Amino acid sequence: MSKARASLTRTSLVHLALISYAIISVFPVFLTLINSMKDRNAIFRNPMQLPSPKTFDLVGYYTVLGQGDFATYFQNSFIVTVASIALVLLFGAMAAFALSEYRFRGNTLMGLYLAIGIMIPIRLGTVAILQGMVATGLVNTLTALVLVYTAQGIPLAVFILSEFMRTVSDDLKNAGRIDGLSEYAIFFRLVLPLVRPAMATVAVFTMIPIWNDLWFPLILAPSEATKTVTLGSQIFIGQFVTNWNAVLAALSLAIFPVLVLYLVFSRQLIRGITSGAVK
Amino acid sequence: MSNTPSTHDATGPVIKRPTRWHIVVFLLPAFIVYSAVMILPLVETLRLSLFNTVDGQSTFVGLGNFKVLFGDERWAHDFWNALKNNFIFFVIHMLVQNPMGVALAAMLSLPKLRFASFYRTAIFLPTLLSFVIVGFIWKLILSPIWGVSPFLLDVVGLKSLFSPWLGKPGSALIAVSLISVWQYVGIPMMLIYAALLNIPEEVIEAAECDGVTGWSQFWKIKLPLILPAIGIISILTFVGNFNAFDLIYTVQGALAGPDGSTDILGTLLYRTFFGFQLQLGDRSMGATIATVMFLIILAGVSLYLFVIQRRMRRYQF
Repeated sequence: MSKARASLTRTSLVHLALISYAIISVFPVFLTLINSMKDRNAIFRNPMQLPSPKTFDLVGYYTVLGQGDFATYFQNSFIVTVASIALVLLFGAMAAFALSEYRFRGNTLMGLYLAIGIMIPIRLGTVAILQGMVATGLVNTLTALVLVYTAQGIPLAVFILSEFMRTVSDDLKNAGRIDGLSEYAIFFRLVLPLVRPAMATVAVFTMIPIWNDLWFPLILAPSEATKTVTLGSQIFIGQFVTNWNAVLAALSLAIFPVLVLYLVFSRQLIRGITSGAVK
Repeated sequence: MSNTPSTHDATGPVIKRPTRWHIVVFLLPAFIVYSAVMILPLVETLRLSLFNTVDGQSTFVGLGNFKVLFGDERWAHDFWNALKNNFIFFVIHMLVQNPMGVALAAMLSLPKLRFASFYRTAIFLPTLLSFVIVGFIWKLILSPIWGVSPFLLDVVGLKSLFSPWLGKPGSALIAVSLISVWQYVGIPMMLIYAALLNIPEEVIEAAECDGVTGWSQFWKIKLPLILPAIGIISILTFVGNFNAFDLIYTVQGALAGPDGSTDILGTLLYRTFFGFQLQLGDRSMGATIATVMFLIILAGVSLYLFVIQRRMRRYQF
């Protein structure tokens, strides 16, 4: 009896600790979202209160949508992220296939060469990257960002995907070879569909740092036409430091897409992390 | 990129084949993009650190730039300050973020815990937000103009403790580090959680048969088994911290105020090579700082790969 009670106490303590930390994690986001929908007085007088009919006000959103060029920023971020993920997945999967499927001299060396980028951040080469982009005229283009993010994403993609490709049955590939499929057809038609779950994991891991990156947009593509949403909100919010309605609304607009994507994909994302894809 | 003929795989018969071009085709795109945008610029940056502009011409100066960075009064103060702050930034992460991640993971992995997936989802949420969002939200919350922090401290009776932490040189670095901990605690939590789930049932059952349960089970059985995962999160934290920039830039600006008290190597690199306000961009010194960061990260990664990871191997199944 006393043992059962002790374990009950322990479970409640664990729940208490976890609930408290979960609240600490979510509270700032929640606070921003509720206050973005209130009028100026209510924001300051009762920051903790939910918007009521009396205090409900979307003036911040009107300011943001009226002045900031957020549609363009979203479009830029979207193009850069999607193009980079597509290239990382295609190039990464091709290289992973070559490394895991064929034996050739230099295989291990190539694997190690590609693995350098997992640990050494691409940011350290920024001085020369900027120089190179200036020389090739790619500064202030989305292409520059796509190239950098592709290079940044390839090492981890090759690492994860080649682990998975080793598990694809040899018999299947050999059956394909006997049926006269070329090596390209084996890759594209047999192997790629089988490693689709791993591709999804890689896509998520590639996407988050790209969407959230501030460094490279700031240095390589700060022009108005090529701003990403992260850089755009950084500058925009910086200009409106005293207009709390606008700042809170801009923050909420920036949180919203991430929040929706996360709630939709959280199960898959968490499974990807915990399934041993990243050991 | 060699493609000399060899056997196809271990089971296949030994046949001499012509050059297998498809291997080249598969490897080439990744190799080209990766080499051209990542490796070559990195090498070029390391090379640039040995050059400087003398009389309008790029001249080889050997380790001259490093001497200036470490010893010249114009640079040395900023550099050592940034290095020291960066080290404190890292130590706070190691002392707060990683133990907290382990504790949260240990609680989450308790068998038959209800709402576990809800907790996981909530605690991992900040990790996905961009630095810009995180930085500004906390700037607002910690701002003395908006009474949220004093109000919350008042609820727990600690109102007297409140001060504008981000604006005081003494507390700004700790405040920024804790914001970063808040954002990233989800990563160690997830990796440790995965490691805890991977511990075989039999090991835990054997421990229970021997009467090792609860706390002592965690310290004596589980913790040694998850040491490799703790090693990984430590090195990830190390690399991430010595390469950090975005959060400080968002919260405190490029000057990393107040009075440089939150300046770390990333912000120093940005100001140095890109220029900021009255300071002109200096490519050579920028490359020198990047090289120092590279050497620090390389030293950390090597220490992990060649010393720490080797010693831990015996704990693995």
